[in-house]
Amino acid sequence: MTDQKDRHKRTIDIVNASLKRRYARERRFKAMGLGAVILGLLFVSALFFDIFSKGYTAFVQTHIELEVYFDPAVIDPDGKRDLEEISRADFRKIARAPLVKLFPEVTGRRDKLALYSILSSGAPYQLLNMVKDDVAVIGQTLTIDLIADDDVDMLVKGHIDRHLPAADRRVNDTMIDWIDRLEQLGLVKKKFNTRFFTNGDSREPELAGIGGAAAGSFYTLLVTLALSFPIGVGAALYLEEFAPKNRWTDLIEVNINNLAAVPSIVFGLLGLAMFINLFGLPRSAPLVGGLVLTLMTLPTIIIASRAALKSVPPSIREAALGVGASKMQTVFHHVLPLAMPGMLTGTIIGMAQALGETAPLLMIGMVAFIVDIPGGPLDPSTVLPVQVYLWADSPERAFVERTSAAIIMLLLFLIAMNTFAVIMRRRFERRW
Amino acid sequence: MQFSVLVMILLGVMAAAYHLGRRRSLASVGGRSGVRNLHSLPAYYGFYTALWAGLPALLVAGLWVFFEGSLITSMVVQSLPASLRDVPPERLGLLVNDITNLANGNIVSTQVDAGMQRAADHMNELRTIGRVALAAVALSIALAAGSLAWRAIGPKMRARNRVERIVSGLLIGSSLIAILTTVGIVLSVLFESFRFFQKIPVTDFLFGLEWSPQVALRADQVGASGAFGSVPLFAGTLLISFIALLVAVPIGLMAAIYLADYASPRLRSYAKPVLEVLAGVPTVVYGFFAALTLAPAIRGAGEAMGMTVSSESALAAGLVMGVMIIPFVSSLSDDVINAVPQSLRDAAYALGATRSETIRQVVLPAALPGIMGGVLLAASRAIGETMIVVMAAGLSANLTANPLESVTTVTVQIVTLLVGDQEFDSAKTLAAFALGLLLFIVTLGLNIVALHIVRKYREQYE
Repeated sequence: MTDQKDRHKRTIDIVNASLKRRYARERRFKAMGLGAVILGLLFVSALFFDIFSKGYTAFVQTHIELEVYFDPAVIDPDGKRDLEEISRADFRKIARAPLVKLFPEVTGRRDKLALYSILSSGAPYQLLNMVKDDVAVIGQTLTIDLIADDDVDMLVKGHIDRHLPAADRRVNDTMIDWIDRLEQLGLVKKKFNTRFFTNGDSREPELAGIGGAAAGSFYTLLVTLALSFPIGVGAALYLEEFAPKNRWTDLIEVNINNLAAVPSIVFGLLGLAMFINLFGLPRSAPLVGGLVLTLMTLPTIIIASRAALKSVPPSIREAALGVGASKMQTVFHHVLPLAMPGMLTGTIIGMAQALGETAPLLMIGMVAFIVDIPGGPLDPSTVLPVQVYLWADSPERAFVERTSAAIIMLLLFLIAMNTFAVIMRRRFERRW
Repeated sequence: MQFSVLVMILLGVMAAAYHLGRRRSLASVGGRSGVRNLHSLPAYYGFYTALWAGLPALLVAGLWVFFEGSLITSMVVQSLPASLRDVPPERLGLLVNDITNLANGNIVSTQVDAGMQRAADHMNELRTIGRVALAAVALSIALAAGSLAWRAIGPKMRARNRVERIVSGLLIGSSLIAILTTVGIVLSVLFESFRFFQKIPVTDFLFGLEWSPQVALRADQVGASGAFGSVPLFAGTLLISFIALLVAVPIGLMAAIYLADYASPRLRSYAKPVLEVLAGVPTVVYGFFAALTLAPAIRGAGEAMGMTVSSESALAAGLVMGVMIIPFVSSLSDDVINAVPQSLRDAAYALGATRSETIRQVVLPAALPGIMGGVLLAASRAIGETMIVVMAAGLSANLTANPLESVTTVTVQIVTLLVGDQEFDSAKTLAAFALGLLLFIVTLGLNIVALHIVRKYREQYE
């Protein structure tokens, strides 16, 4: 009898029996997909949150407000107001004097040195520059915000845990006591950190800035843009509009696609062997960096420009040819202007890639410690991402903050460039 | 004369040549009224003159800038007294470096003696002569070529065709740069690798199990064997890349499937660009994140569970690299999943399959070759990635499969060998180029296979 029953079991029953299981599977699969998307978004936000939370404090810098007496006996004993002489004067003494006045109980030589280390080694130069700007300040007593040392800065910003045992932290108890007293007196001030944007690199975190690296990035990108845009557009025009379909042009095409996937460090090896060792171009120069990045971004620009040319409908070309334009006139007067927005978008994206690139620039010596701000594409310099790499290696706690802040600036530049590219695409994109 | 000034002057000459050429073409047919008798539009005569005036001179100037350095250096070396010149090549390189620094007014590593000072003065003198000579030569070439072109202008001259031929030559030239780049890469790494293999046998390099590139300076030095076996480096690279793919492939693929087949258009329009952001973040930022946030976290977690974790573990570098390549996997998979024809999906739905069954049993098998291509591309990206591993992975070449230990990679070693001061002939420096050659070959192979698969697959449904 059971046989009979089985034979009569309809397909729909079999389907219904398994339906619950199948739907559960469906839900699991969908949840996994959603989970993957959420995980991806989570990574993005974790990365950005981590960098921003570490870096935003670097935009302010701790200063100590002190009554500084510009003692003529120290600065300019001869009274000649000769800037050369003044530059050699002992401004450390001038900067330290008010500290001694505030803490008269500190007497020992070692204790005094510890007390002086509240101020940055850049503080005397701050005073020197004031005198250079206006010699009239000599002999006056002014209230000045002097830069604090990086350890003090970290303590005031709360990056150093006060509850750790004294041996484990960089700041000892006496120092904490002094800072607390200065804070009670209202002399510890946090001011916007303009030095971070204008200074070059420095061994002292409180004096280090991204100005030099930003200038280096600017010159490098300038060289890259000046070379890669015309060459990329030219190559795209030839391959898309003029080239005959034969083995040679096929080879060029395959070549470009492969170049786009060659690891960037290999381009660095090329730059080192060719531009520096063979042609004798200077090391660490934005010119060489720009040349290497040009070769690296060319495939991106060529591929984007070809896509832009492809999207121009053939009717435009036929119309131009029909009224008697030559092939070259058709392309330059009609096709190129219509494809230009797409080409520019591709170029901006290529430039954004070049701005974030680090590895090939390490190979050609743009990792040097450079204090001066470069004034041209032949001066030794470094670039923003390399500066990030250099600072990330530094042991001082304050450099973690600076590194994150430099990354924030780098990301802001990249976001600005990409947003600009997206806006351009939206604005000028034409549907035919 | 400053080079930029020279270029500015040449551009000025070109502008002037344009006007003169245009004027002459119009004059040759008796002014504006006779313009119909000209073969080409007057502007083409202008362009023709300007191109002749500018291009040869700019070419000469560009070539000079490229070869100035090596030319002057070799001339200075020739002029050095024999006592200074007859030293081993490394010493000579050092000396030339010092002379260059002296000539540039930079700090010099050794005591400056009279011979060096003379050489530096000689170098500066040569530079000045070179600059002046270049300016004179470039300007006279510009004027000569420009005036020749100008004199040839007449109503019968086919100026447009000539200009178009020059322009198409320029276009071909720019597309050849892509080929030249590849040739340059291959030649530069091949040449240096060849010199490396003269010192170290190829088999030692390819199959050696030990990597310690410090070459012993003295015979009795400890810990500097100068072993150049690349196997541990590739093992480390593969370990980190494998971890990265383990993260990126499931997440990237599932995200692509969800966004392509489940998500509402609204969610897709927001989530896709945000995921793409991961591809646009500079790798040095990932390196910083891996070294300063993730590695300590993993170490802490490992220690809490009673495991010893290296502070430069392969796991941290691999995980972060995986996050970096998620968008590669997802956008490539997205492309191929969308390329599977809707008719296949509809057929599966009509048979009563659920969405997930359709995806798993119809869409994915159909898209599999494309997805494999995407994964291979992502793998080649992971193998060639540099900054993350330089910052987060270690330097010691351990042959291990334990992701909690520190390993090193090919790219890390290239960077360590080449960053900083180096002599260009030591096996240590040359080894970096040999590694570069190997890296180039491996990634090129992966790319060719991947592109081939992707292309072949695309043709199937077109």
